[in-house]
Amino acid sequence: MPDKMHIKLNVNGKDEEFLAEPRELLIYTLRERLNITGPHIGCETSHCGACTVTIDGKSVKSCTMFAAQASGKSVTTIEGIGGPDDLHPLQEAFKEHHGLQCGYCTPGMITRATKLLEENPNPTEEDIRFGMAGNICRCTGYQNIVKSIQAAAAEMNAAAASSSEAVGNKTVEAAE
Amino acid sequence: MIPAAFEYYRPQDMAGVLAILEEHGDDARVMAGGHSLIPMMKLRMAEVPHLIDLQDVGGMSGIEVGTDSIRIGAMVTQSDIIDDASLAAAAPILREAALQIADPQVRYMGTVGGNVANGDPGNDMPGLMQCLDARFTLVGADGERDVPARDFYEAAYMTAREDEEVLTAVTIPLPKGGYAYEKQKRKIGDYATAAAAVQITKEGDVCASAAIAMTNLSDTPVYSEAAGAALVGTALDDAALTAAAAAMLNDIDPTEDNRGPIAFKKHVAGVILRRAILRAWSRA
Repeated sequence: MPDKMHIKLNVNGKDEEFLAEPRELLIYTLRERLNITGPHIGCETSHCGACTVTIDGKSVKSCTMFAAQASGKSVTTIEGIGGPDDLHPLQEAFKEHHGLQCGYCTPGMITRATKLLEENPNPTEEDIRFGMAGNICRCTGYQNIVKSIQAAAAEMNAAAASSSEAVGNKTVEAAE
Repeated sequence: MIPAAFEYYRPQDMAGVLAILEEHGDDARVMAGGHSLIPMMKLRMAEVPHLIDLQDVGGMSGIEVGTDSIRIGAMVTQSDIIDDASLAAAAPILREAALQIADPQVRYMGTVGGNVANGDPGNDMPGLMQCLDARFTLVGADGERDVPARDFYEAAYMTAREDEEVLTAVTIPLPKGGYAYEKQKRKIGDYATAAAAVQITKEGDVCASAAIAMTNLSDTPVYSEAAGAALVGTALDDAALTAAAAAMLNDIDPTEDNRGPIAFKKHVAGVILRRAILRAWSRA
């Protein structure tokens, strides 16, 4: 039996440190070791995207990465994106536009969508369908997921515009 | 779906990697993005007692577009290929192919080096690299050597790379003319039922050169010299297209699997090649 490894992760802003066998997959670390159960195990074969997390700015299927590979990196799960009292605009939009039915794929969907909107704040329907292609939903038929992401993008862009306006005003004031 | 136990290494340089390979031989495997190897380890189709993670080695993540050739480090991801504007301008076929590989999450992790070195006949980059006449750089204890992509693949998962060597870079002569990577797949994330990489140059109305390679239609990628030759000197009329498809079908050797029976695969291969040639021609 190989020696356990000393692994350090930052998960949702919190430092974690533990000993694990090298073969421990990150999804199991998150769910069973750290009790972070937002990322789900769907297919466990890199297809469905239910286990999607963000690692150093990339969307990653955590069933296809060893915790050892992620050692030293920052991991964000749905728990780090928003919570019941402070929903992320994507969570709000999925709720509002029926972007989920059973909800099993939703944490992975939304985690992936945060990254998609970061890379492309104004995606077309085609961009969304292409950018979300690594996440499978068996309930919605995707139509309402697309609508939810479009709604969240509009909401986030409006918020960004009004805050940059505010910043702009301040700049003007400062210049004066 | 948990792999068999293994020792994990994350060496800081190539000397460290080669030392582990030297010590453990074929009991050791290097891993880049891991998106081919980890699924195989989970399915227990690959047994890797000593797993060497290349992420800290460095020096293999660059894309250099030169005047005659392009050098792509083995750790460059499919996502890096898609995002690199100078590469997209110099060799747009790479971006066109990378966009058809797997899905966004997999493209962030999956690397060019892993894709070409693994020897999986389903992978898209090997056929593409044969079409482009790329060379693969292998580093071992005795130094570096280059192997042409067209000579690299021996059988499924069997390549010219020795167990103690690491594939570190891919060098591509700057492609000329029109291009297309056309892929038929059942769904996003699937391997090709058939795919074709085509690069064509034109002089006047006549085809001056044509390179054609096919993916997932044999136990290796297939560079079909005869299919390319069938186009050269023609104006790509229907007879030339039919001759090229016939030559290609003569070179491939598909097997029946859950993507369909042999006759279907041959049919799809012909359709895909025809589409790829016409698209490449329209861009030449």
